[in-house]
Amino acid sequence: MRHLLSAADLGRDQAVQVLDVAEQMAATQQREIKKLPTLRGRTVVNLFFEDSTRTRISFEAAAKRLSADVINFTARGSSVSKGESLKDTALTLEAMGADAVVVRHHAPGAPHRLATAGWTRGSVVNAGDGTHEHPTQALLDAFTLRRHLVGGTVPGAATGADLAGQRVVIAGDVLHSRVARSNVLLLHTLGAHVVLVAPPTLLPVGVEAWPCATSYDLDAVLEGAFGEPDAVMMLRVQRERQNAAFFPSAREYSRRYGLDVRRLGMLPRHTIVMHPGPMNRGLEISAAAADSARSTIVEQVSNGVAVRMAVLYLLLSGRKDPATGPVVTGGRTGGADGATRKDRRR
Amino acid sequence: MTGTHDTSTGTGVRTGRGTTPGDGGSTRPVLVRGVRPLGGDATDLLLADGIVAETGRGMTADGALVVDADGLVALPGLVDLHTHLREPGREDAETVESGSRAAALGGFTAVHAMANTDPVADTAGVVEQVWRMGRRTGLVDVRPVGAVTVGLRGEQLAELGAMADSAAAVRVFSDDGLCVSDAVLMRRALEYVKAFDGVVAQHSQEPRLTEAAQMHEGELSAVLGLRGWPAAAEEAIIARDVLIAGHVDSHLHVCHVSTAGSVEIIRWAKSRGVRVTAEVTPHHLLLTHEEVASFDPVFKVNPPLRTPEDVAAVREALADGTIDVVATDHAPHPAEDKDCEWDAAAAGTTGLETALSVVQQVMVETGLLDWAGVAERMSVRPAGIGRVAGHGRPIAAGEPANLVLVDPAARWRVDPGALATWGCNTAFQGSTLPGRVVATFLRGRPTVLDGELAEDAVGADTARSW
Repeated sequence: MRHLLSAADLGRDQAVQVLDVAEQMAATQQREIKKLPTLRGRTVVNLFFEDSTRTRISFEAAAKRLSADVINFTARGSSVSKGESLKDTALTLEAMGADAVVVRHHAPGAPHRLATAGWTRGSVVNAGDGTHEHPTQALLDAFTLRRHLVGGTVPGAATGADLAGQRVVIAGDVLHSRVARSNVLLLHTLGAHVVLVAPPTLLPVGVEAWPCATSYDLDAVLEGAFGEPDAVMMLRVQRERQNAAFFPSAREYSRRYGLDVRRLGMLPRHTIVMHPGPMNRGLEISAAAADSARSTIVEQVSNGVAVRMAVLYLLLSGRKDPATGPVVTGGRTGGADGATRKDRRR
Repeated sequence: MTGTHDTSTGTGVRTGRGTTPGDGGSTRPVLVRGVRPLGGDATDLLLADGIVAETGRGMTADGALVVDADGLVALPGLVDLHTHLREPGREDAETVESGSRAAALGGFTAVHAMANTDPVADTAGVVEQVWRMGRRTGLVDVRPVGAVTVGLRGEQLAELGAMADSAAAVRVFSDDGLCVSDAVLMRRALEYVKAFDGVVAQHSQEPRLTEAAQMHEGELSAVLGLRGWPAAAEEAIIARDVLIAGHVDSHLHVCHVSTAGSVEIIRWAKSRGVRVTAEVTPHHLLLTHEEVASFDPVFKVNPPLRTPEDVAAVREALADGTIDVVATDHAPHPAEDKDCEWDAAAAGTTGLETALSVVQQVMVETGLLDWAGVAERMSVRPAGIGRVAGHGRPIAAGEPANLVLVDPAARWRVDPGALATWGCNTAFQGSTLPGRVVATFLRGRPTVLDGELAEDAVGADTARSW
């Protein structure tokens, strides 16, 4: 792997490899000494243009437990408003010798630009780009799903396996969700069946081309309209969306699409409840669901560290790729270089 | 096989504006040998005193500049209805002079300078300023477009009559970049310009449906997470406007048509006798939204690149005349406005120097248009819509000598740094395109020779009027 920009960058075998390495990483985290020497002398920059404490500390913990040097760079604004441009920030980090740049940005595609515009030679990890993707979140969700649904919650028991045949319901604001996009791509790659549930206003035009099913009716889906669900993942819904008429009111949204006590009771015994956080308790998920024994929400957070350790390890430690070779990302190289040298003589 | 004799070609261009006014009065005659007007039979053309003085074979002319045009096609000088020259206000992006150079090199002899400058071209003073800068540069006839509303704000009509009566004699009015979304204001503008034979050129974009929109809304925007710009937002405004134009019997011009649905609406309106004309850009004729997957902002344009089905529809519409003209929407931006993330980037691509080549590739080499058809859509019709006298005329004795000579056999690779426009942003960067402009003549005077700006071309036309 050179970069991790999209969940689509990973083929089935590569995705399974990341999950397997993450199991090994998780095992090391049970030891008294959690720190590994693997990335000693390497520099990982957390470049966050958007506030996200939980994702940043997850990456920070992952890099530090691999003994990498970590630089946290929190930038505000974009090149159109005040502040330094993405390009100049990247050039600065390049001059500091970043081996990997973990980037969170409000603009879809910003990590692609970092990886392909020639501004930096380091590996780029997409830590969430606007409403586009969040591939490490999808990996940690897949890791959690695999442990529970395939490995019987025994650490390492599912090594080598994918998610073939598992049914995952993802409900909520799909339109604005980078988590949903990455999960649909990755879970499909791993053989799972995904059903997206949302009001029509919160599904993107064009969703019918995604490798998943869609429904407007959460009750029907939980009752098994697409088969018995093995996992239900609730997406965060911002209350402010009602101001843009995506739904009439938070109460109506909650009634039609929230995982309330009644719907929690409809779930088969083995079905797990997931949420990428941060939660809006009482809106998309009830306290009963969030705190139930089915809930993997807290576990997802600790799995996030193991998965991010695996990603950084695979990106930076000697390119130990599977036989399929390095990941080739879809971006094309930017061509602005020549243009910037243009003669502006009058 | 092509080239000029008896002149030093390929030399630099005098860049200053210090050419003595008044020295353009007498232009040396030009003898163009063996050119094929509109791709037809080869002939010689003698250009003298600003007109095509004589046509025929085997001509000689003492003292004339001889251009060997064997294998070249002659077209009437191209006329662009939609150019952003950025001056006044954004001289870091383009100036009237740099844009005029790009236009001449692209085979244009007249361009319409859009009104979204700073200050906005919404008064007689600003349009006359732009017009004078164009005259001083003298490479193409710069026809200012006047804003429809004060400051492009869409609230109050600008003084359209004053702009029409000014020295710039404005006939095309547009808030381009922004849509005149208020239906009553659009109706009044369409009515008012009838008094001076004007046309309202609408940038059709329903504003509420396109807030923060980034790309065509469809399967790809769903995957990329970029805010969608639905085809319906363009089509809804066009549908409304053709109904209003029909109701008040005025001339509506639709800028940069990009969707198959828009084509259907315009076709229907024309069949009902509505006075509507329409343009399509070279980039909407060639490129699709698939380019956006690279997240490279050179492909960010407004309206956005659409689907392959839309591209096929606008090509067909240009061929059958539903879309009347090709207009470049030449939109230069400085490097920093494109060298960034997609959301932050400015929309637009340059187009003056690539337009004819793109049209050759997508229309001529596909058999959809012959060269006469190209002349119709890039010169005759735009001159008619813009009411530009002396342009878009037949290539015949006694007609104004506004001409472009193109080598259809040439192939060239688009290098953004090698173009004359100051804009660094071309969506065609790295493409290999057919056809090369060899020479351009403005009223008989060469502005481009051997594919380079003619020596002393800038400012040479100062004393001439048109």
